Amino acid sequence: MSATSSQTAGPYWHLIDFPAWADLLRAGGPNAGIAGERITLVGRITDGDGAPCPDALVEIWQADPEGRYDAAFHGFGRCATDAAGGFRFTTLKPGPVRGQGNSFQAPHVALSIFARGLLQQLVTRLYFAEEPLNEQDPILASVPPARRGTLIARPEDAGTWRLDIRLQGDDETVFLEV
Amino acid sequence: MSFRPPAPGTQPPYDAPAYGSTHKRHPKQALLRIGQTLTETSAPRMTEALYPAAANLAKGPGWEAQGERIIVAGRVLDEDGRPLVGAMVEVWQANAAGRYNHERDTHDAPLDANFKGEGRVFTDAEGWYRYTTIRPGAYPWRNHANAWRPVHIHYSLFGQGFAQRLITQMYFPGDPLLPLDPIFNCIPDAAARNRLVAAFDLDVTQPDHALGYRFDIVLRGRDATPMENTP
Ligand SMILES: [Fe+2]
Repeated sequence: MSATSSQTAGPYWHLIDFPAWADLLRAGGPNAGIAGERITLVGRITDGDGAPCPDALVEIWQADPEGRYDAAFHGFGRCATDAAGGFRFTTLKPGPVRGQGNSFQAPHVALSIFARGLLQQLVTRLYFAEEPLNEQDPILASVPPARRGTLIARPEDAGTWRLDIRLQGDDETVFLEV
Repeated sequence: MSFRPPAPGTQPPYDAPAYGSTHKRHPKQALLRIGQTLTETSAPRMTEALYPAAANLAKGPGWEAQGERIIVAGRVLDEDGRPLVGAMVEVWQANAAGRYNHERDTHDAPLDANFKGEGRVFTDAEGWYRYTTIRPGAYPWRNHANAWRPVHIHYSLFGQGFAQRLITQMYFPGDPLLPLDPIFNCIPDAAARNRLVAAFDLDVTQPDHALGYRFDIVLRGRDATPMENTP
């Protein structure tokens, strides 16, 4: 028995878009009242011509501020890209996540991208610039240095981090086979 | 613990020339294969408390959609045949006339004010899910001359690991559009492709009410080999 084949989400996946899900800290939501550093993650998805992808589905999955996946924090969000290809999540900054043996992975957020023209999702990670643990993160280390920056979000305004995603071409984002 | 890679030929490529939208959206660099970590082997707990179920797309208080009512049921299993319990299954689809309740769908077919086309169900202790809807219509798209999508229902599934996340489409048996559809046919392995076609099922069919279809979904199984550094 082999796993069911993936198919594209197509252009009309918004029937399962619930804009509130992009705010992981929404009032009355699963994380209301959980303490941590509030952050906003923003980015823009563009194609091989540099044109925006205005119909993509972006999902995040992340640990809580202590680096845990099995605690109270519900680290899942979903966002539809806007006409300019932009997405925006409000969440808490994740902590370092346990890796192999006694090591720790640098704080990161996993992203899945689904869209018309993507027959299966593209997976990547968002890391945070200037994070000391980035230097020893095994996945960042396995990325050729010239492309490593495609995984590292840069600070904008206070608490806002930007990671633009290029599906194809110059500065193409590093996508992961997980 | 980690999840096994998919069997060769069972998953579509990113670059599929017959499907025009892939041209500018597929990465040209090879994906970077990573060893799975807690990030990939854990997953959000999608519960009914957080995400209320909606198992009837065809009828609600004071409204009923136009079209042929159907019931779709099946099991969600992993590759070792283990049922996924409490898995969230989201579905969305066009109405009976082949039109989505979506502002960007410009197909000249009637909207149905009583059909939103969106549902959400959770699997039971044996991995079963079930919902009632109406049979969607085929619809045209602009991929090539006189292109029509075969009748389908979109599915979104969450398993027990981020690496199991799946979005797919369920097709209907005997659809003459299937051999012509680039999205369906981009899956290299014919057997895998045909597993996306639901089966008419008299056991799911309810007398004097609705025809039934069976559609099982398999998510990636767990690797028997432990991770390198596991003590
Ligand atoms: Fe569709």
